Amino acid sequence: MADLSKLYSMNRLYYVLLAIGGLVVLGGAYAVHMMEHHGHIISGMNNQIVWGMPHVFAIFLIVAASGVLNVASIGSVFGKAVYKARAPLASLLSIAMLAGGLAVLMLDLGRPDRIIVAATNYNVTSVFAWNVVLYSGMFSLVIVYLWTMMERRMNPFNKAAGLAVFVWRFVLTTGTGLIFAFLTARQAYGSALLPPMFIVLSFAWGLAVFHVVQKVIYAWNDKTLDPAILQRTKNLLGVFVVGSLYMVATYHFTNMYFAHQTGFELFILRDGGVYPNLFWWGYVVLGNVLPLLLIYFPGLGKTKCVMVASLLVVLGAFALLYVFIIGGQAYPLSIFPGYEVSSSFADGQVASYAPSIYEFLLGLGGLGIAFLITTVSVRVLNFMPQDKPYISD
Amino acid sequence: MSDIDTQRRQFLKTSAGAAAIAIAPGMMLYQTAQGDTQAASSTVRWGMLVDTAQCKEGCNDCVNACNKENGLSGKTGTTDSQWIRKIEIKDVSSGRALSLPMMCQHCEHPPCVDVCPTQASFKRADGIVLVDRHLCIGCRYCMMACPYKARSFVHETLTDQNPDVPRGKGTVEACSLCVHRIDKGQIPACAEACQNKAILFGDLNDANSEIYKKVRSVASVQIRADLQLNPGVRYQGL
Repeated sequence: MADLSKLYSMNRLYYVLLAIGGLVVLGGAYAVHMMEHHGHIISGMNNQIVWGMPHVFAIFLIVAASGVLNVASIGSVFGKAVYKARAPLASLLSIAMLAGGLAVLMLDLGRPDRIIVAATNYNVTSVFAWNVVLYSGMFSLVIVYLWTMMERRMNPFNKAAGLAVFVWRFVLTTGTGLIFAFLTARQAYGSALLPPMFIVLSFAWGLAVFHVVQKVIYAWNDKTLDPAILQRTKNLLGVFVVGSLYMVATYHFTNMYFAHQTGFELFILRDGGVYPNLFWWGYVVLGNVLPLLLIYFPGLGKTKCVMVASLLVVLGAFALLYVFIIGGQAYPLSIFPGYEVSSSFADGQVASYAPSIYEFLLGLGGLGIAFLITTVSVRVLNFMPQDKPYISD
Repeated sequence: MSDIDTQRRQFLKTSAGAAAIAIAPGMMLYQTAQGDTQAASSTVRWGMLVDTAQCKEGCNDCVNACNKENGLSGKTGTTDSQWIRKIEIKDVSSGRALSLPMMCQHCEHPPCVDVCPTQASFKRADGIVLVDRHLCIGCRYCMMACPYKARSFVHETLTDQNPDVPRGKGTVEACSLCVHRIDKGQIPACAEACQNKAILFGDLNDANSEIYKKVRSVASVQIRADLQLNPGVRYQGL
C-alpha cells in the first residue's frame, strides 16, 4: 500500500506541475492580449531598441533547441550508445523548445494575426523568410526522427533521419546567426563569426538544458544516473563551455581589431553600465568560470555540481543574449563616422530600455510551452533513457 | 412569334437591364478607388539633393511639414514615429558644425527590402522605397537593417489619420517621399516647406531636371556610401 500512496502523490504532483505550467502559459497569453490591444507601447521596446526581452527568450529557446540535438547526433551519427539512449529525450526537448521559442517570436510581432502572409508572400532574399522554412523543416524532421526511434518498423531509417537532423540543425543555427550577421550597418552585428559562434553556443546551452531535464526525469522515476555516464556528459559540457567562451572572445577581439568598432567594444566591455556588468559577471563569471570550476575542480563534478553548473550555463546564456541583442542596439548607430551627432531621434545617444512585465510574461510563456510539452510527453510516452548494463564505447 | 417567346425576350431584357443598373455604381466606385492606374515608370529615379549650407540649425520647417502632411503627432518620445528628423553634426577633428535633415534615403539596393520576410518593404519602379501596410507583420527586421534609422514602428492606436496616408498600429513606416503628392505632380512636403530651398527634389534620370544638372556640377555625397546602397538622397557641403 505504501507504494500506491507514493503513486498517488506523484500523480498529484504531475497535475500540480501541469497547472503551474498552464498558469505560466496563460500569463504569456495575457501579455499577448494586452500587447495586441494596446500596441507595443506597453512593452519596454521603442524605435531604438526594436527587439527586446521576448527576443532574448525566443533566441535562447531556438538556439538551445538546435543544440540539444547534439546528444541525438552523437548517438545516431557517431554511434555512441550512451548518447543513442538519450536521443529520444533530446529530440523531444528540441521540439518543445522550438515550439516555445517560435511562439514567442510570432506573438511578439506587431501583427501576429497576419503570420500567414509570411507563407503567402515569401521573400527569397530575407534571412527571416529562410528561417521560416528552416524552423518548420526542423520541426518535421525531428518528428520523423523520433518516429524512426520509437516505432520498431521505422528503425531501419533511423540512421538516415539522424543524419538529416544533424545537417539541418547546423544550417538552422547558421540561419539564426545570419539574422544578425547580415546587419552590416550595425557595429554589434555584421560579422561572419556569428553563425559559427551561435552553433558552438547552441552546443553548450542545449546540453545544459538536457542535463537539467535528465536529472529531473531520473529523480521522478526514482533512478540514479550511472556516474560513468554523468562523467562523460559533464566533460562534454565543459568542452562546449570552453568552446563557446572562445568563440565569444574571438568575436570581441576581432571587433577590437577593427578601428571603427573600438567604441562599441569599450561600451559593451567597460563603459556601458548594465551591459559590461551582465557580460562579465553574468556571462563570463556565472555562466562560464563557475560552471567550469564545478565541472573540473578536483572533488567537485558530482551530480549536484553538474546540475548547478548547467543551470548557471543557462543563466549565462540569458546574460549574453541580453548584452548581444539589447546592448547591440543600445550603442548608437554610426550614421556619420567621424562626427559628433545629436537629434530628436536619439542619434549619437545610448538608447534606453527597461523591459516591461508583459515582455517577461511573454518570454516566460514560451518557456511554459516548452515545459508543458516536455512534461506531458514524458508522462504519456517512454522517453526515459534505457542504458545497457555494459557501455561498449 | 409565340406569346411565350415574347415573354421570354422581355424577361431577358429586363434582367440584363437590372444587372447593368446593379453593377454600374460598383464599377464606378471601383474606378474611383483605383485612382490613377498609371504605373510608376522605371525611367524615373526620384531623388533629393540637400544643401547643408542652406539648412539652418534650429529650423524644423521640413519636419513640421512632414508631420502635418502625413498625419504624424510630431511628438518625439522614444515610441513616436519620426519620418524626417534634423540632425546636428560636428566634425570631431575640425569642429565644423552642420545641421541637416535625415529621412529614408530611398536606396537603389535597400537593405530593408532585402530582409523583409513578407515583401512588405518594396521599391517602386521609380525608386521610392515604401512599406505595404497590408503585408507588414511588424517584425521590425527592416528597422534593424536600415543604416539610417529611417524607420519607425507604430506602437499604439492611431487617431485622426490623413486619408491619403493610411498608417496602422503594429506595422513599420517611414518617409514615403510623399508618394501621394508625387503621383499628383506635386513635390514632397518637406522640400516645399523649406524656406531656404535646402532640399531640391526631382528626377535624377531626367537630363533636363534641375537636380540632374546640379548633381553633376556641385560636389555631393551619399551618406554611408561605403555600404554601396546608392541612396537617392544626396548631401551637398558635407
